[in-house]
Amino acid sequence: MASLQRAPRSRRSIKTWYHSGGLSSIVFVLPLLLTFLYFSWGPIVRGLVLSFQKNNLVTAPEWVGMANFSYVLTDPQLPQAAVNTLYFALLALIFGFPVPLFLAVFISELRSTGWLYNVISYLPAVVPPVAAILLWKFFYDPSGTGVFNAILGWFGLGPFAWLNSPSLAMPAIVLEATWAGAGATSIIYLAALTGVRTELYEAAELDGAGIWSRVWHVTLPQIRGIILIMMLLQLIGTFQVFTEPFLFTGGGPDNATTTILLLIYRYAFINGDFGAATALSVLLAGVLCVLSVVYHLLTRPWSTT
Amino acid sequence: MSQTVQERGIISHADRKRSVIRYGLPAIQVLLFIGVFIAGVGPLLWLLKSGLSTSQDILRGPMQLWPSGIQWANLPNAWTRVQIGSYLGNTAIIAIGSLVSTLFVCTTGAFVLSVLRPKWGPIVTGAVLATLFLPGVISLVPLYLTILKMPVLGVNLQNTFWAVWLPQAAGAFNILVMKRYFDSIPRELIEAARIDGASNLRLFTSLVLPLSKPILGVVALLTVIGSWKDYLWPLLVLPDPRLQPISVALPRVQETTEISLQMSALFLAVLVPVVLFLVFQKQFLRGVGMSGGIKE
Repeated sequence: MASLQRAPRSRRSIKTWYHSGGLSSIVFVLPLLLTFLYFSWGPIVRGLVLSFQKNNLVTAPEWVGMANFSYVLTDPQLPQAAVNTLYFALLALIFGFPVPLFLAVFISELRSTGWLYNVISYLPAVVPPVAAILLWKFFYDPSGTGVFNAILGWFGLGPFAWLNSPSLAMPAIVLEATWAGAGATSIIYLAALTGVRTELYEAAELDGAGIWSRVWHVTLPQIRGIILIMMLLQLIGTFQVFTEPFLFTGGGPDNATTTILLLIYRYAFINGDFGAATALSVLLAGVLCVLSVVYHLLTRPWSTT
Repeated sequence: MSQTVQERGIISHADRKRSVIRYGLPAIQVLLFIGVFIAGVGPLLWLLKSGLSTSQDILRGPMQLWPSGIQWANLPNAWTRVQIGSYLGNTAIIAIGSLVSTLFVCTTGAFVLSVLRPKWGPIVTGAVLATLFLPGVISLVPLYLTILKMPVLGVNLQNTFWAVWLPQAAGAFNILVMKRYFDSIPRELIEAARIDGASNLRLFTSLVLPLSKPILGVVALLTVIGSWKDYLWPLLVLPDPRLQPISVALPRVQETTEISLQMSALFLAVLVPVVLFLVFQKQFLRGVGMSGGIKE
């Protein structure tokens, strides 16, 4: 608008600016600028500001310095939540990392029936996660007639308390998460495997390498780039896990499955303490940024690029 | 097996002649198939059976192969009493709206950054790229507060679908992927269209967009999957039950309905995406596979 008013004075430069596409650039970039200002850049800045404020939406926000951070860091629930989150990430890495990789390497060896394995193993990823969680919650019924207990009963095992047991609850949640996520991850590995140079297998075989050593020394090194990235993305994802513990156990039993994000949710949407919630979010985000950088530095020797 | 034309894999022809491999490989194949089948199809079959059983059957003998009688009435009951249909409809509205807003923002944005290339372009690209490295958790609470009262505009978007559609569009990943794809369009094509007198709008709609169909498909697929899976965000911004997608509605409904209806509601909620997936499996798996290459 301002440019239209100024037009008579500098018509020439405005005209060249207009003809070189200056105006349409601005029109085209507006949707991006507006959505990012409102829903990305704005909230990030606001999050940093909020973490130094006392804000409950009722009274006017006031600056409180580091009070939110010290409150969050001294909350007796935090160490437990941090340990639980790390435990979830670790279990998810142990269960959830090798399974899709093994599946992908195996499926890539099957010429005619590979697609069938693909479709079937991807099915759990298509089930809406909430529906899957509710279904598994029923499977984990702690009574003797619960689905898993009934199956294990055939072999003389159990019954287990599953989600009601502080020691079994987290592994049970991770098992479901792995089931839900393995298909999608293995599809990504599979796509990467199509780019493996097969003539190297020939060379490895001539050198006397067995099948396992061919997988270990030829296949995996060639897709290490994607493996490293998927591992980092999985770590970042598991550190921010919410839906599974929230719906399976709500953080129980005895806070055995309370994760950092569950704590943030409680601060913000149950206690109405938005300052504490954002302070913890900022801390978690900081930890994840440091983790990404450290991971990047540590894996650089193996990385392809 | 006609392996003469096929490319070799890890296991060579010589390997295949060894008896360990000859008999071991099919055995592993069968075992793995049973494993994958139980994990992938088993729960769905169990859900089908339970969705058609009485509550007593489900609770007393969940692993019985055949229920005492098939309760076809469960399905229409779940459809009308639990209103699965309207929740699925909400899910579809949310997914389609997110898809439209995401594609609109990321194609127009990438068009400016990649094709029009104004002087200030790199600043915007950098600002978009920077958000990619920040984990989503940092903006969860402030984003919620933004929705409650939009800065400057002062409107409350809670309990409108806009609250889900718009934040979805501010994804750095999609914009950068789209920009990278647009970057690969030969500049000569664009210059030729310019010389022919095409306006920027025409350049966008009749040259750049038609050339980017594959990437549009991938971004569309990932957006729909993402919005389909989302739980926490719609839970926060859509407290009105009439607007909730199926993911938010199911846990709430579950508390007040009997187990047999729960199971048939779950079955219907699962059936729609599974059928869609089976129909479009080829495009689907290719799209998801490509997303890995993009991440790299």
